[in-house]
Amino acid sequence: MKEKKNIYQSRRDFVRKAGKILVVAPVIGLPLVLSKKVSASGNVWQIDPHKCTQCGQCKTNCVLTPSAVKAVHAYVMCGYCDLCGGYLRQGVKTISTAAEDQMCPTAAITRKFVEEPYFEYTINEDLCDGCGKCVKGCADFGNGSLYLQINQDLCVYCNECSIARNCPSDAVSRVSDRMQYIPKEKKVGGE
Amino acid sequence: MLGWHAVMVAQDRFPRPEFESGYVYPEHQMPLQRAPYWEYIDLALLIGTLSLASWLALKKRSREGLLWLSVFSLAYFGFVREGCVCPVGSVQNVALALFNSDYTIPITVLLFFIIPLVYALAFGRVFCAGVCPLGAIQELTGFRPVKLPKAVESVMISVPFIYLGLAVLSAATESQFLICRYDPFVGIFRLNAPYTMVIFGGLLLVAGIFINRPYCRYFCPYGVLLNIFSRFSSRHLTITPAECTNCRLCEDVCPYDAILPSDVSAPPEEPQKERRRFLVYVLLIPLFAAGGLLLFRNLSPALTGLNSNVQLAREIRAEKENGIPAVSKAALAFKEAGKTETELFAEELKIHERFRKGSSWVGLFLGISFGLSLVSLATRTRRAGYVPHKGKCYSCGRCFKYCPVHVNNKRSDDKV
Repeated sequence: MKEKKNIYQSRRDFVRKAGKILVVAPVIGLPLVLSKKVSASGNVWQIDPHKCTQCGQCKTNCVLTPSAVKAVHAYVMCGYCDLCGGYLRQGVKTISTAAEDQMCPTAAITRKFVEEPYFEYTINEDLCDGCGKCVKGCADFGNGSLYLQINQDLCVYCNECSIARNCPSDAVSRVSDRMQYIPKEKKVGGE
Repeated sequence: MLGWHAVMVAQDRFPRPEFESGYVYPEHQMPLQRAPYWEYIDLALLIGTLSLASWLALKKRSREGLLWLSVFSLAYFGFVREGCVCPVGSVQNVALALFNSDYTIPITVLLFFIIPLVYALAFGRVFCAGVCPLGAIQELTGFRPVKLPKAVESVMISVPFIYLGLAVLSAATESQFLICRYDPFVGIFRLNAPYTMVIFGGLLLVAGIFINRPYCRYFCPYGVLLNIFSRFSSRHLTITPAECTNCRLCEDVCPYDAILPSDVSAPPEEPQKERRRFLVYVLLIPLFAAGGLLLFRNLSPALTGLNSNVQLAREIRAEKENGIPAVSKAALAFKEAGKTETELFAEELKIHERFRKGSSWVGLFLGISFGLSLVSLATRTRRAGYVPHKGKCYSCGRCFKYCPVHVNNKRSDDKV
């Protein structure tokens, strides 16, 4: 009887040991398999301004309220227009800074007179909610110097960006931690 | 259409003015950069809290300590770091990295995935005990544990396996991160969530008052891996600090049904019969594996609905063939962009193929798991005392104070 019990015991130990080897193997194996796909720096989510269609999903789909997406302004591309498509609503009767004339629903864009007939436009990031209305206006009627970017200081780095899941034009993707932003330059890259 | 649009954008409709007033162009200001060191602090704290949890559960045997550790983890990993990245979700990153060439996994995420598993292999599920913020919020709200009927328990316990399978499949095919999308508590951590998440999380918390840790037990996909790894742990929390006296005082205290009674007093079964049953179950494993494989292979067309490109292709096809207008945002964006329908349908076919392959593997995994669990049910055990079920035990330490065994003239709970 005693001997029999020993046989069971050793068999059980053997199964246990085999199982242990089976589960240890992937723990050691995984880093080896993935060794070529591991990066030291992390990923962040960012909008490719060249793919963005300003659909307005960024404002509503971010897990943060207000959204971590903000409009930014590439001054090198700006035409400093008086009749700015990003600042003024379409079909306004007068060019004025009145609220009903402004494109931005939160009055986050202010303009400053530079010299006749040019105006400098500045975005107040604290007010911007990432709706992209100014971006659309600027892309349709101007030089496209306004564009949307995810503010990495506000972003909470969801494992799957809620905006990316809802973006209809696949403009939101993971970019390297080193890059963080996809700036719009004077010349549009060869997309 | 978009091609024309892009060209127009590229052109300067209004050339940059040449100012005469000495105007200086402002710098193109980008918002602030992300602080790079957070992830490393997270990693250090993960290792620290895991070590502390192991010590509290195995050496110090302090339920109170584990609860305070849970409070810390909930505060830090939950509310401060807002729930990302957690080991539960990192399963998907690993799956994505394994099966896709263009995704590189950050080293911190990979370590977040591996380190709790290593600890499980050494000390059991200490990660669940006091480190996981999802577990902590449930552990701290589980006031009135109620035991569920065995039948319900054994059916529900298979759900995480299916969830894990689907989540890995979905992540590996670049469809979506199911675990993150249906994370019940991350909205609470961020104090900001869509109402569906609030309802799901709230319901789970309310249910958790009575059915402790409902997410961990019946949903958590990472728990499946921890369960498997913990079964082979070298050391594990024990109910009694010394020798079990079979007093049965701890018998009913575990809300997770993770205390295995001693069975020395159970009448021994006929060895011949037992052996035959064992063999039959072992031989059934390949059958279950094949069954699971076939089942999930046939289910794969339904599962492809997880992928947004397939959804889009279906919508476009429905419009083309049945005249149902495609009005979703994705469909409108697709129509505006230059991509042709042929390209889209070709891509859909490719995704279908990937899903067919992937879901076969998922079915195989589920079949084998089911077979093995039957085998383990059929195996006779010889336990001289009450021991925790290494796979199911969350190392929460509830059972410590019920053990009357003294060590060094102290009752076990005096040490708390």
